[in-house]
Amino acid sequence: MPHLATYVGLADHSEQTLADSFRAVAEGHAQVADVFHLCHTLAGWSDAHREALAPVVERYGEQTDVDEPERLHAAGLAQARDGEIGLLRDLQDLHVLASLVQTTWMVIAQGAQGLRDRELLDLAHACSAETARQITWLDTRLKVAAPQALIVAP
Amino acid sequence: MTTPTHDSTHDSHDTHDTDRTRDVWGERTPHGRGTPWPTRVDLHLEDGVSEDQVDRWVSSACLLCSNGCGCDIAVKDGRMVGVRGRATDRVNHGRLGPKGLYGSTPWSHSPDRLTRPLVREGGDLVETDWDTAMGRIVARSKQLLEEQGPLSHGFYTSGQLFLEEYYTQAVIGKAGLGTPHMDGNTRLCTATAAAALKESFGADGQPGSYDDIEHCDALFLYGHNMAETQTVLWSRILDRTRGDDPPRVVCVDPRRTAVAAEAERTGGVHLAPRVGTNLALMNALTRELLEHDAWVDHAWVEAHTLGLDDLRAVVAPYTPKEAARICGVEAEDVRRAARIFGESEAVLSTVLQGFYQSHQATAASVAVNNLHLLRGMLGRPGCGLLQMNGQPTAQNNRETGADGDLTGFRNWDNPAHVQELADLWHVDPMTIPHWAPPTHAMQIFSYAEAGTIGLLWISATNPAVSLPESERVKRILAGDQCFVVVQDLFLTETARLADVVLPAAGWGEKTGTFTNVDRTVHLSEKAVDPPGEARSDLEIFLTYADAMGFTDLDGGPLVTWRTPEEAFEAWTEASRGRPCDYTGITYDLLRGPTGVQWPLGVERLYGDGVFPTDTDRCETYGHDLVTGGTVSEQEHRAQAPAGRAFLKGTAYSPPHEEPSEDYPFRLTTGRTVYHFHTRTKTKRSRPLEESAPHAWVELAAADADRLGVADGATVRLESPRGAIEVPVRVGEVTEGAVFVPFHYGDHPANELTMTVWDPVSKQPTFKTAACRVTRVHDGEGS
Ligand code: SF4
Repeated sequence: MPHLATYVGLADHSEQTLADSFRAVAEGHAQVADVFHLCHTLAGWSDAHREALAPVVERYGEQTDVDEPERLHAAGLAQARDGEIGLLRDLQDLHVLASLVQTTWMVIAQGAQGLRDRELLDLAHACSAETARQITWLDTRLKVAAPQALIVAP
Repeated sequence: MTTPTHDSTHDSHDTHDTDRTRDVWGERTPHGRGTPWPTRVDLHLEDGVSEDQVDRWVSSACLLCSNGCGCDIAVKDGRMVGVRGRATDRVNHGRLGPKGLYGSTPWSHSPDRLTRPLVREGGDLVETDWDTAMGRIVARSKQLLEEQGPLSHGFYTSGQLFLEEYYTQAVIGKAGLGTPHMDGNTRLCTATAAAALKESFGADGQPGSYDDIEHCDALFLYGHNMAETQTVLWSRILDRTRGDDPPRVVCVDPRRTAVAAEAERTGGVHLAPRVGTNLALMNALTRELLEHDAWVDHAWVEAHTLGLDDLRAVVAPYTPKEAARICGVEAEDVRRAARIFGESEAVLSTVLQGFYQSHQATAASVAVNNLHLLRGMLGRPGCGLLQMNGQPTAQNNRETGADGDLTGFRNWDNPAHVQELADLWHVDPMTIPHWAPPTHAMQIFSYAEAGTIGLLWISATNPAVSLPESERVKRILAGDQCFVVVQDLFLTETARLADVVLPAAGWGEKTGTFTNVDRTVHLSEKAVDPPGEARSDLEIFLTYADAMGFTDLDGGPLVTWRTPEEAFEAWTEASRGRPCDYTGITYDLLRGPTGVQWPLGVERLYGDGVFPTDTDRCETYGHDLVTGGTVSEQEHRAQAPAGRAFLKGTAYSPPHEEPSEDYPFRLTTGRTVYHFHTRTKTKRSRPLEESAPHAWVELAAADADRLGVADGATVRLESPRGAIEVPVRVGEVTEGAVFVPFHYGDHPANELTMTVWDPVSKQPTFKTAACRVTRVHDGEGS
């Protein structure tokens, strides 16, 4: 099952990237109070997913040296951008990263079904549901930020 | 009955002989369960005026808290000189509290009333005429519209205008300009009430009636220091708890308030959770209820709610012991409180700031709704729920949509609802800014800070004192990046920073309606002329609309009304068929003996167990209570709520700012019985001001000992954001907590609080911040 192991590794890695990126956006837009607090909260969710995944990683053995899905290792946001338009772009980047996490969980859930690995299946479902909530928040916040940023911001 | 004048027909309690600042709730009139609340007429006239010297009595209702006590204004020689409670009014049965008695009229003839418009000239505000002042506003407004469009305009309104004024403002903002940037200071006091009602029941609207006090056998007050905030309502409760067959009271409050004392006296429970842990406590109460199967009305829950299984799973970890650990309460007290809720026949719950301005505000308030849903305790005498309002007319702000709501409890995300309004106003639906979620107060100020809102119009409120981080707010208002218009009665801290100041007529100087917490609408008639050139807020908005030339699709004027009564009629049309249906209520009807509830003839909502949750009817599709992410129409429809209420649960999470070594105390802010809001009116009443002239900090006795301070010593209170120096009162807060009243502009408690808000209601969290306390000196005089 080298490829399932690859995906387990990918989930672990992309959750970490997402968590780090949420934190980078939080700190970069610290004056935007809701973004600051919620990005930290949502980063915590991704941390928790990784923690829950740890025993699975051990069971399957994380494979980071399989080169096929390398392209899927999206780079995180090292630094946030400035201003209202910058916030818009940062939220969009988070959205892309979160979507990668979500499809990864979906793929893992399929594998877990096939292997009848109930523990992994439940985990994939639970994490995927929370990733969906992260994405819903990003959608909502993007909609809030968009008009002012696009039309009136300098 | 078309005359606003009423003769004196009742024996009145003239407060010349009883000092109601000391005897806050007045003499008791105890009575038994199920019997009507006796009438007692309270009266106060200014010094030297006796009842027979009063020229006229003009019907109104008190505008100094959300209770909406019916009253008559005494007029002598063209001045308002006092008030008398209306014996026939369903809200107060003649009573008035100290704020209403002493605070209603003195401000009106205060020498520092604004009487002429002011404009900024070379850094100073100078007097001018209306044409010049309005001309500047209109010029700026038109220029911004041309250069940047409607998103350059923001409105920050109040919880103290009349319905007619809000509705007019809503139409101007939503259909004239088309800006989503409208909110009110109601965001600070009642946004969570509205959000919690919408999440559970599909739309705003208080299910309960004040008459439930007469019928209940248990009363739960959640974060609601009613004894100070709505004194007449508390009198009503005391008349039950001191009468035959009294209800038991359960109080959830970190302070040992008069409500807490009454809870203990009636054999109820006082639960004092650590600041910021309300939701953990609520989850434990919910779990207890579910553990005792017989307490849950399963047939009703099955027929009228959704989400029981999820709720059960969410609350499962919150055993009484776990609540004890998180909240610092006794596990046994949690069990007792749940038992009272579970075994009483008729429970009335009220919720206020202790929940609304605290961490996880909407989730905790929704949890109160859940308890009532689990027992099917809604819509019957005594089975009530009141998600209270802080300010007198907050309800109307929400109904009309002068804040972020869509007019008539409509749903922003429902194109059919937007079309209804477009048809009513005869405008292009694209004008109505439904393409973005409405902008909440804190965000409006951020845009004003960045200058992307270039015109900010503030009516009847004082954000320089009342918003969190008041220093920042003052900088925003004073800066050049945004043109600030303020209309108010006085040159408030906010008005001083404005570019144009408009003198407004106040209560009793204009006519209009407003609605209290239990949906009772009152008409407040004009009793006297406003001073100088002051104008009613309605007139001001109409003048602006005329000058801007807002038109409908046919080129006719958008705003077609001139008088308050016409504005009310226009609003009635806008509310037709919606949950807040005002049809049938007219000025003539309101001139009768008592205020009238909406919908006409419905004392309690949801008696039939049918809620406005249908996807095509609801005011919102709902939110994720943790993130505030919106539920989509498809997701909502897939749940097929069809009139069933939502049981929504959320896990507890610790507050954003926990005490640390540097800042070991939890700060909480609140109100006093003597003042209202930022004291614009109440500080002009001598009896009220003398009763509470200064800010103070309340410390627990043990903490005071440890710090080596006694009553009257001055301490410095410091949070990561700011510091104030205030005298100490050793009081009834729990150990580790400090309480500061928020009314005082010269010692603004809000400099200490942090800018963070509830993800769903967007109400700022004033109640949780960490701080430290250091002794400055032993006496007062900082
Ligand atoms: S309880 Fe409220 S409405 Fe009634 S008199 Fe007091 S301040 Fe006025």
